[in-house]
Amino acid sequence: MKPAPFRYAAAESLEHALALKARYGEEARFLAGGQSLIPAMNFRLAQPAVLIDINPLLELNFISAGTDGLRIGARTRYATVEHSAEVDTLQPLLAEVLPNIAHPQIRNRGTLCGNLAHADPASELPAVMLASGARMHARSASGERWIAASDFFINLFETALRADEMLVEIELPPLPPRTGTCFMELARRQGDYAMMGVAVQVTLDAGGKCTLASIALCNAGPTPMAAPAAAQVLVGNSLDSKVIAAAAAQAQSEVSPNGNVHATADYQRHLAGVLTRRALATAGARALQKVPA
Amino acid sequence: MSSTELSDTSVNDSVTVTLTVNGKRYTRTVEPRMLLSDFLRHELGLTGTHVGCEHGVCGACTVQMDGQPARSCLTFAVQAQPHAISTVEGLAPARGQLHPLQEAFRECHGLQCGYCTPGILMTMQAFLAAHPDPDEAQIRHALSGNLCRCTGYQHIVDAVALAAKNARAAKGGAA
Amino acid sequence: MSTRYFGEPVKRNEDARLLTGAALFVDDVELTGMLHAAFLRSPYAHARILSIDSTAAKQRPGVIAIYTAEDLGAYWQPGPLLVPPPPVAGITFNQRCQVPLAKDVVRHVGEPLVLVIAESRYIAEDAVNDIVVDWDPLPVAADLEAAARPDAPRVHDDVPGNVAAWVRQTNGDYATASRGAHLTIKRRFTYDHGCSQPMETRGVVAQWDNKADKLTIWDTTQAPVAIRNGMAAMLKLSERQVRVIAPFIGGGFGPKIMMFYPEEVLVPWVAMQLDTPVKWIEDRAEHFVATTHERGQIHDAEMALDKDGKIIGVKDVFLHDTGAYDPYGLTVPLNSQCTLLGPYVVPHYDSTFTAVFTNKTLVTPYRGAGRQHGVFVMERLLDIAARELGITPAEIRRRNFIAPDAFPYNHKIIYQDFTELTYDSGNYAPILDQVLKTIDYERFIKEEQPRLRAAGKCVGIAVVCYVEGTGIGPYEGAKVQVQASGKVSVVTGIGTQGQGHYTSFAQIVADATGVDVTDVEVVTGDTDQFYWGAGTFASRGAVVAGNAIGQAAGIVRQKILSTAAEHFECAETDLVIENGKVSLAGVPDHSITLGELARQANPMRGAVAPGTEPGLEATSYFGPTMGATASGAHAMIIEVDPETMMIEIKRYAVAHDCGVVINPLIVEGQVQGGVAQGIGNAFFEQLVYSEEGQLLNASLADYLLPTALDVPRMEMTHTVTPSPLNPLGIKGVGEAGAIPVGPLYAQAIEDALQLHKIKVELLDIPLSPSRLWELTRAGKLE
Repeated sequence: MKPAPFRYAAAESLEHALALKARYGEEARFLAGGQSLIPAMNFRLAQPAVLIDINPLLELNFISAGTDGLRIGARTRYATVEHSAEVDTLQPLLAEVLPNIAHPQIRNRGTLCGNLAHADPASELPAVMLASGARMHARSASGERWIAASDFFINLFETALRADEMLVEIELPPLPPRTGTCFMELARRQGDYAMMGVAVQVTLDAGGKCTLASIALCNAGPTPMAAPAAAQVLVGNSLDSKVIAAAAAQAQSEVSPNGNVHATADYQRHLAGVLTRRALATAGARALQKVPA
Repeated sequence: MSSTELSDTSVNDSVTVTLTVNGKRYTRTVEPRMLLSDFLRHELGLTGTHVGCEHGVCGACTVQMDGQPARSCLTFAVQAQPHAISTVEGLAPARGQLHPLQEAFRECHGLQCGYCTPGILMTMQAFLAAHPDPDEAQIRHALSGNLCRCTGYQHIVDAVALAAKNARAAKGGAA
Repeated sequence: MSTRYFGEPVKRNEDARLLTGAALFVDDVELTGMLHAAFLRSPYAHARILSIDSTAAKQRPGVIAIYTAEDLGAYWQPGPLLVPPPPVAGITFNQRCQVPLAKDVVRHVGEPLVLVIAESRYIAEDAVNDIVVDWDPLPVAADLEAAARPDAPRVHDDVPGNVAAWVRQTNGDYATASRGAHLTIKRRFTYDHGCSQPMETRGVVAQWDNKADKLTIWDTTQAPVAIRNGMAAMLKLSERQVRVIAPFIGGGFGPKIMMFYPEEVLVPWVAMQLDTPVKWIEDRAEHFVATTHERGQIHDAEMALDKDGKIIGVKDVFLHDTGAYDPYGLTVPLNSQCTLLGPYVVPHYDSTFTAVFTNKTLVTPYRGAGRQHGVFVMERLLDIAARELGITPAEIRRRNFIAPDAFPYNHKIIYQDFTELTYDSGNYAPILDQVLKTIDYERFIKEEQPRLRAAGKCVGIAVVCYVEGTGIGPYEGAKVQVQASGKVSVVTGIGTQGQGHYTSFAQIVADATGVDVTDVEVVTGDTDQFYWGAGTFASRGAVVAGNAIGQAAGIVRQKILSTAAEHFECAETDLVIENGKVSLAGVPDHSITLGELARQANPMRGAVAPGTEPGLEATSYFGPTMGATASGAHAMIIEVDPETMMIEIKRYAVAHDCGVVINPLIVEGQVQGGVAQGIGNAFFEQLVYSEEGQLLNASLADYLLPTALDVPRMEMTHTVTPSPLNPLGIKGVGEAGAIPVGPLYAQAIEDALQLHKIKVELLDIPLSPSRLWELTRAGKLE
């Protein structure tokens, strides 16, 4: 299973990388960790004519916390993020999802931005971006823009990135006070794509009532799926089991999974309800711990 | 730099790859699409690293890049250049000897056909370096990215636990 | 003779090579000027080939040659029938064997039609993609049941109903005997055994030396001697001109003994045509379609019992999916038919199967070789009967065991070795007792399960039993020789795919010849070293080759003694063989090394007496008249999450009897590996086909092999009922672990979820969380 021939360029600078992408457009792909791209190339499902290797761009290897949030550069590998104390503290949802992604051997090379640009709806990370309200920084030779996660994932393996754009970094907004998060998935084996996965984030007021909530699911459709109506069920309420069950039922009715060789669509839908319920219970309990008694 | 000024010499269909593998430098000129697994095995003749799937699932091709396990079937040889590569051939201290982890595998019958073994050794050697006192659940978790079709894993787990115990004892710690 | 090694957990001789990456596997072979092969394989399950245009491929730089069926000329012929139909009265058998390259029509996805030879595998694959084929897709017979219908599309135009075979075997008179039954259970069962997926895929390297007039073939085969004989015949060479080497092999499990794969037939031929070495290594995507599977059967089975739960008889009618061609005959369904009987007395048996051609990859034996299917049916029928009668699963089995004094026990039907199915020895009740004790069965049922259930946990326990026919003929041979160095060499015709032959065989010889086990050098899988043999399959390596080795070693021991007696001018009984030396008993200084003795036995002057041979060497063959029957019982405790149907195995116990054990570590390893494959088969692995015969999950990301987190620690105990059929008393163990896991899961899950309360029965393998959820939601809806 050898990849088709391609021409190779090692990026000398970000400008160089963007200039090459501007020249070659759809014919060229960026190569970071390659953990999503190279298997596709080995199967010859992807046959880019040109690969622009951005691994030399060490300036894109960063995790930086600022007042606007936590930014992670395109060259930053999963393993770096996984072992980051900053991420643990500031972005617990991201910290919780990472050990579910494949295996350490993959995470030692793969990058978050590479995963997001690949946009596999079965992947866990896009759902986490949705739930966190992250935004994506796209740059091209002719400009740059920020794209909200909710606008970023268009379809199966399709993002809002234009042919000449590169995803250079992502930014996750700071967690409001009294916020609890949880990521849960069900996979056949450790590290497999989830049959269903849920990322939730809930914020409580000083009285323990929910003021903000977001729920996002993976493998629930052609893109990672936000469940706003389900989230809305929580707002204004204490997160008791009845409210959570109602939100879970709502989420279950909102998803439209396709089914696959491992799970029927009905079973996936059922799991969406179960996992949403369990994740909300955990997130709610975590948030409650931050509410002064 | 505008695209009209851009030289095309940066985009190539052939690359000269210099790799440091087990401390030794090698240089070959290959197509950029040559996978690191094939480069090691066929350009360098280091056939200890095995190929099982070429889609990153089975782990047989696992090597270390700067001491961290990685799938050589999911890396182009040209990408590996900035890294020190370690393969199973570099584990034993000398010819005719075995690394303590290899010794533990022999002790515990931790291999049958041996095809998945090099990938497992490179994975678990790094794991034990970072986690010198793992319990069985942790060992199985660390092993879960390497498939074995012969052993059912039990003796592999025993071997890793024994190697950890021996290493702790050698350091003078509790066995 | 000391038994210093036999029966001991000796560390393996071969491990250092394997652990340091120094062992030679087929893809490690590098030859000067070697070219590489890739195949264009059919993307359709059934289609006519209208035209093949290789023009662009031929023009690609680095492409050396391209071959279609036409280019093979007279060399093109269907493969041989490996296993003829069994001598059963009234049988129907339609032989349709695979071809080296498809001509006119393809019958399964992955069937090869064009061979490309290029300077690298990369270029060869590029060239494959250059080839343009004009296809006429034909209707597909994919689903087993659909393919068996009279109006189904024909896989072979001249085989109506896709009937590859029809076989009925009976013992007694089920129809009459069952009329008076207290209870009759009748169910439909389906069992799918997936595919083997060894970590090393297949491969062939061939080198033709024009000057030496010799062909060398490296092949991942489990049967090097048969490949040598077949290739010599096909290429019109003398057998002495062909050397087949099966070096270290990364897992066999059965499909690597299928002969002759198209690639095995073509690579040596091309190497001769081009006078250049050629290598073909199967990639994983190819493996899913090009290497054989075992797949599925549908059984409509019926069991009649008396009021005490004793079996009166079993009637079974089943369909067997044989794939697009049937070179391996009926081994798999015959094994299903025979092994269904298990360790039980079944006075009346009426079993009929139809092997059905489908437009899918060939089906040949894979670890268990059809036994799983039969065992599933029997064990499930017993479980269902037990529930109806209010008996426990263990008790119903106990009541039906063949008694220990009833051996040899003849079931009267024909087995895969074409003799009447006869169990040589066995003692089943103690094995059942052992496994129940290991898993604390009684305590779990009486104390733990009620307590855990009260706490809302869905926990279940199960126990199943099985037999495994092992060690069949025809024969194996071995040559043992004391070398001038004092080391002892052993060569045999079989190959090794991880079973530890380099050690277990060395143990036998080390004991007989008094050397250290590390001083015994074992050669397997090289036809230049040993001429005769059948192969490593059907759990027979240790039994058949092991006994040949034992015999040869015994003869060598005798030669050592008589040669040394002559040397010391004493009686043989005065001698001790130990630590590589022969010495006079009580006078250890008066000794001679084995190496020196070997040199003396090979004189440079003088004469070798008539009727004797030079050296300390012996060749011996062992051919058992029938197989030795191993047996066992597995037990398991699981917890099921009733919301997600995910399963956690809490405990797993195996009680096994493979007769006398050569190396307990190796036996444990074989059983553990088998169980892991059984777990994969029962709960993780499934080949999912579309109606068009497309395999939807042809990658290791979607065909799920169990990982270290999915296979539990196993608690193993062992009983020894020696086989009377061979001097060493051993039985095979290679397949045992894999056989009973399907029914074990079914029984355990039914118990954990108390499925009888919602009238749901688990009658199909494989299961999965999704499947369980679908089955149980249907139950709830009723």
